[in-house]
Amino acid sequence: MTKRLLLGNDAFCEGLIAGGVRFYAGYPITPATEIAEAMSRRMPEVGGTYVQMEDELGSMAAIMGASATGVKSATASAGPGMALMQNELGQAIAAEIPLVVVNVQRAGPGIGNATRSGQMEVMQSRYGANGEVPAVVLAPSTVEEAFWLTLKAVNLSEMLRTVVIVLGEGILGLQRAVVDLPDDYDEIEVVNRPRPSVPPREFLGNYAANELSEVPPIADFGSGYKSIVSSVGISRRGGGDISILGLAVDDQDFTIRRLHQKLLDRKNEITLFEQLMTDDAEIVYIAFGTQALSAIGAMHEARARGIKAGVLRLISIWPFPDEVVRACCAKARAVVVPEMNLGQARLLVGNALANTGIKIVGVNRVDSITIKPVEILDKTTEVLS
Amino acid sequence: MNLHNEMPATRAPKKKPDLQRPLDELVELYATVPDKAFRYCPGCGLGMAQSAIMRAFHRVGVDITKVATAGGSGCYSVMGHYFQSSHIHGSHGRGCAYATGLKLARPELTVLTLQGDGDLLAIGGNHFIHAARRNIDITVICFNNYNFGDTGGQFAPTTPLGSKTDTSSLGMPEPAFDACKLAIGAGAGFVARSTVAHPAHLTKMIADAIEWKGFAFVEVLQHCHVLWGRRNGMPEAMDMMRFYTDNSVLNPSRIPEDEHFDIPVYSEDEKNVKFVLGVLHKERKPEFTEEYAKLRAKAMAKMPGKVQS
Repeated sequence: MTKRLLLGNDAFCEGLIAGGVRFYAGYPITPATEIAEAMSRRMPEVGGTYVQMEDELGSMAAIMGASATGVKSATASAGPGMALMQNELGQAIAAEIPLVVVNVQRAGPGIGNATRSGQMEVMQSRYGANGEVPAVVLAPSTVEEAFWLTLKAVNLSEMLRTVVIVLGEGILGLQRAVVDLPDDYDEIEVVNRPRPSVPPREFLGNYAANELSEVPPIADFGSGYKSIVSSVGISRRGGGDISILGLAVDDQDFTIRRLHQKLLDRKNEITLFEQLMTDDAEIVYIAFGTQALSAIGAMHEARARGIKAGVLRLISIWPFPDEVVRACCAKARAVVVPEMNLGQARLLVGNALANTGIKIVGVNRVDSITIKPVEILDKTTEVLS
Repeated sequence: MNLHNEMPATRAPKKKPDLQRPLDELVELYATVPDKAFRYCPGCGLGMAQSAIMRAFHRVGVDITKVATAGGSGCYSVMGHYFQSSHIHGSHGRGCAYATGLKLARPELTVLTLQGDGDLLAIGGNHFIHAARRNIDITVICFNNYNFGDTGGQFAPTTPLGSKTDTSSLGMPEPAFDACKLAIGAGAGFVARSTVAHPAHLTKMIADAIEWKGFAFVEVLQHCHVLWGRRNGMPEAMDMMRFYTDNSVLNPSRIPEDEHFDIPVYSEDEKNVKFVLGVLHKERKPEFTEEYAKLRAKAMAKMPGKVQS
């Protein structure tokens, strides 16, 4: 391991490279621009390709093309760029193309405030694209975690044949920290997508599944197999070639359910979280991303004051870890959810703790000023009194 | 449309080698025949365009497993499924962006985009002009049927001025794009136009485009008698074929490099419509994937064997 002073956005890049990403298509956007800048330099160095596309739609489409040839691919964006990407994002998830997208969240709707940070895309990450697509979303809290989690995102995307979103934040992307990086990325174990094991003539297509939990093999373009990548009614149950004659309704049902079930059946491998002193906690702070650090600070202060506080730091946000939330709040009387939005994660926590009688309150800021531990403490006193 | 009936095997061999080969053989080599009917309307020009592409594959001698196609939404969008090559059937208009990723990631692939006029020039216009600007070695084939056929015949950026469509029932009030001029302006190295009424010529144009090192564009005038033709006095497929043959001016199919013919596709005067067919523009310039390979070699030489910076 080598200690390096690293920008958060560079940590995303190094995580992608360590995970084996060799194709990056980007479009500059604050506060994610440094990722494109670093990738334009790093991709050719490691034998990969960087291309600057004409817009975010183009970036997503280009990485979808590149990934279809078997090259691990990624892009990054923020704010309105992520909004534009939703079109192709849903397309890639439905077409089951492994990709990683880093969203360095800025604040505000529309073009928002480019240079300010937020956590306002929790729901967009899951519900942004049309047509009931699932999502896998990971949210790092520190620069070092940004590296390891992005690496993990690449592996998950390959394992699950889906798009994994790394939900960063402006203040994470633009902060520098000393981090431990592996000396040799080649020694890191990476996951590769399932590829066909049968000869081309017997290959039933990229969507040949019979079970809802299946992640079927995908053939690289140019590898001798006829590889059709599509989200248009291609997933006839059990495969077989083109189903361009129209998809039967039960096959449509199977297709959409399988996209979700393949993730849910592997939820244990996707779900990452950190729990601190939750065993006896009567108040649990549930937070993610940079604001989880404030929650941890508040927890220590509360404990010093004799309040039994604990923290559940959500690292995987989607699929939302309901069971983990319930387990961590077994002894809780109340839950505080501090986040840089008006209560998106609180909604999910509330859903997980429905009918438990646990009081759920939020500490919410949308002014891009980091929530201070004292604000969480104030809320703690208020809710416990 | 039934490809097998288009050219009976009993037909006497012609001089042109591309047309001489029975379609059955080409279908065997390059196509996957769906278990039921083709999805084109009876008499649609797409079937002819498809067979021209297969003939072009044969003429160039491509390895079909090394061919990748990309396309989005439209009447043409099923065509990619009918070839033995790999295909991205993606969202509307992104064909050129998919192709850019495909070609950059695997430069050894022969990459084509199959796109309609609405797909390529309306929603996908940005990707089209930028792929042309990059001069990336892909072949963009635009099936121009003057309207959005898949949605029932609304006007497209190519709909001739004054003509009637679903959304211009009183006559198209907007001037049309000349797709070839747009491609030339955006920096395409090879630009050609042909029609489905000139199958041998069309085959040659597509073959030349595939062989061209760099961005190549072929506009295929492909009739939609069912929607555009019916509303504009040409209700039968043959009416529109005649429309193309009667109003076409054939350029020499091979022009010297670094030259182009500056003749508009649509004249202002409706009565004097002329389509200029043939290669309209040829210009050699550095190809993007090759240039990038040089850049990559330089960058890798700087840090031999190191993955981390």
